[in-house]
Amino acid sequence: MESLYDDMRRMAKRMRLNALKMAFHAGANGAHLGGGLSCMEIFAVLYRGVLKYDLSRPEWPERDRFLVSKAHCVLAYYTALHEAGFITREALDSFEQNGTELAGHPVSSLKNGIEYSGGSLGMAFSVGLGMAIDAKRKGRGNKVYVLLGDGECDEGSNWEAFLSAPHFKLDNLTAIIDWNHLQYDGNTTTVMDLGSLHKKLEVFGWNVISVDGHDVQELYGAFTRKPISGAPCAIIADTIKGKGVSFMESAKEWHHGVLTEKLYHQALEEIS
Amino acid sequence: MQNISKINCKIWSRLGQRGTFFGVALPEIAAENALVWVLTADLADLSGLARFQNAFPERFVNVGIAEQNMLGIAAGLAKEGNTVFATTYATFIAMRSFEQIRHNLGYQQVNVKVVGSAAGMVMGMSGNTHYAFEDLAIMRAIPGMTVVSPADATEAYKLAWAAAADPRPMYIRLTGGLNCASVYDSEYEFVIGKAVTMREGKDLAIIASGTMVREAIMAAEILETRGVSAEVINMHTIKPIDAETIIRVASEKKLIVTVEEHNTLGGLGSAVAEVKSTVSSEAAQLFIGVPDTFTKAATYEYLLERFGLKAEMIAEKILMKIESL
Repeated sequence: MESLYDDMRRMAKRMRLNALKMAFHAGANGAHLGGGLSCMEIFAVLYRGVLKYDLSRPEWPERDRFLVSKAHCVLAYYTALHEAGFITREALDSFEQNGTELAGHPVSSLKNGIEYSGGSLGMAFSVGLGMAIDAKRKGRGNKVYVLLGDGECDEGSNWEAFLSAPHFKLDNLTAIIDWNHLQYDGNTTTVMDLGSLHKKLEVFGWNVISVDGHDVQELYGAFTRKPISGAPCAIIADTIKGKGVSFMESAKEWHHGVLTEKLYHQALEEIS
Repeated sequence: MQNISKINCKIWSRLGQRGTFFGVALPEIAAENALVWVLTADLADLSGLARFQNAFPERFVNVGIAEQNMLGIAAGLAKEGNTVFATTYATFIAMRSFEQIRHNLGYQQVNVKVVGSAAGMVMGMSGNTHYAFEDLAIMRAIPGMTVVSPADATEAYKLAWAAAADPRPMYIRLTGGLNCASVYDSEYEFVIGKAVTMREGKDLAIIASGTMVREAIMAAEILETRGVSAEVINMHTIKPIDAETIIRVASEKKLIVTVEEHNTLGGLGSAVAEVKSTVSSEAAQLFIGVPDTFTKAATYEYLLERFGLKAEMIAEKILMKIESL
């Protein structure tokens, strides 16, 4: 197992380096750095050890569905899809260039490994429920994963999904909440305090586990632990926004930012 | 598919557009097409969905009072290859879940049919929260949406079959209540995007949709007694609109009248004017509909009269317009 975890850690590190390069090349357009860097380990664990997919058959009906609801985290999403083999180096280099397939928010394309066109928060979770209901009622074994942000949990539509997933007994559904403590205007406890999401979801009927979202072993343990029949699973991943780059860590200004050459090299050095 | 017989048309008109669509057509369609699902937001009984729910529980989902969740779940099911009909009152489905419809159906082109029932002002005493006279404007502004409003229960029946066979995302606007007067009593060709001429006439054309098709026919009959010959067109598809028919009447007639149980801003009248503006035409246009206003609650009949949407009043407005030309 240790070698698997090492793989995941190395993958997350390569993803961070690629993400910085993409953000730097995006130039004045800037990129969503903070919320991308917070979920690198989540993506690395999912693509390296959890998700079932077949590169040669991107539409494979038995593939696991992964919906990225906090869709601004494309720096993690695209770099993970590159690691998984869906997105080429050339495509990564086209990030935020005019007419690119790799926009600031992902555009649905199974060829690229992208299930859903995200961007507006609170949209993808219910879509994941629909996919999970379909798999359950048709007896397909695939699982459905949805990645949410903590700030995103302010959206009422997500609470409709939190309420209804246990009602529909979707134990094939896992929601991962990237709990990076920041939203656009500041700390989530200041802007809109979610209180204990863990307790709230437990009361709603979810099988909830809270982990260190940068610890690949804890994440992998959460993804692979024994399910509870009839209960959807929520993994609350405690993370640091901007993780890995000192001047971005827990700094709301780096939700979306522009890297100067000096800062870019400093960031690369810190990750390396 | 059942015959469009006189007796069927009569029975269906009692059930209304909604009762026929959900209680008659969809259970038949689902028996033939294993990928047809129905979703509702706590409106199963009222929508006449009991038969569907009993026959196909595994393809039925009630999300409770949560329209946004319903449209998300519908999109997820559609992305898995299903044909999904999602329904509640038009006012709620078109407005509460608008963003889900734009991002999931319009942008990602998934096969969901959004069925808004009780559109227009049929909710009467319930008041403005329950009326929907903006839904055509809202839905047709979304790129890639098909927008259809059947004229009566028979057309709702035919539309359900046509919609199930059509992969495009669609907004289906059901107007009128129970005992919805019918305009059809026999077989006719129904094609999404192709208008139906209900009555020939040489002086002017009345283009209507939904419940207003019947009022338009009756208005034309009144006009006939006053020496005015009016063609009546059932423009059941508001988008993509039958431009060919509009261009034809714009060149043939001196007046085009649009009649809709909808705001005169952004609905059928606007859609017709948009096409008409692309050709040089001498024809004037008279917009008849809800004049961009909320109203005090009243019975359905009262509201139709208040907004001049009854046949006699439509005929009078047309005569006045003709005099002014």
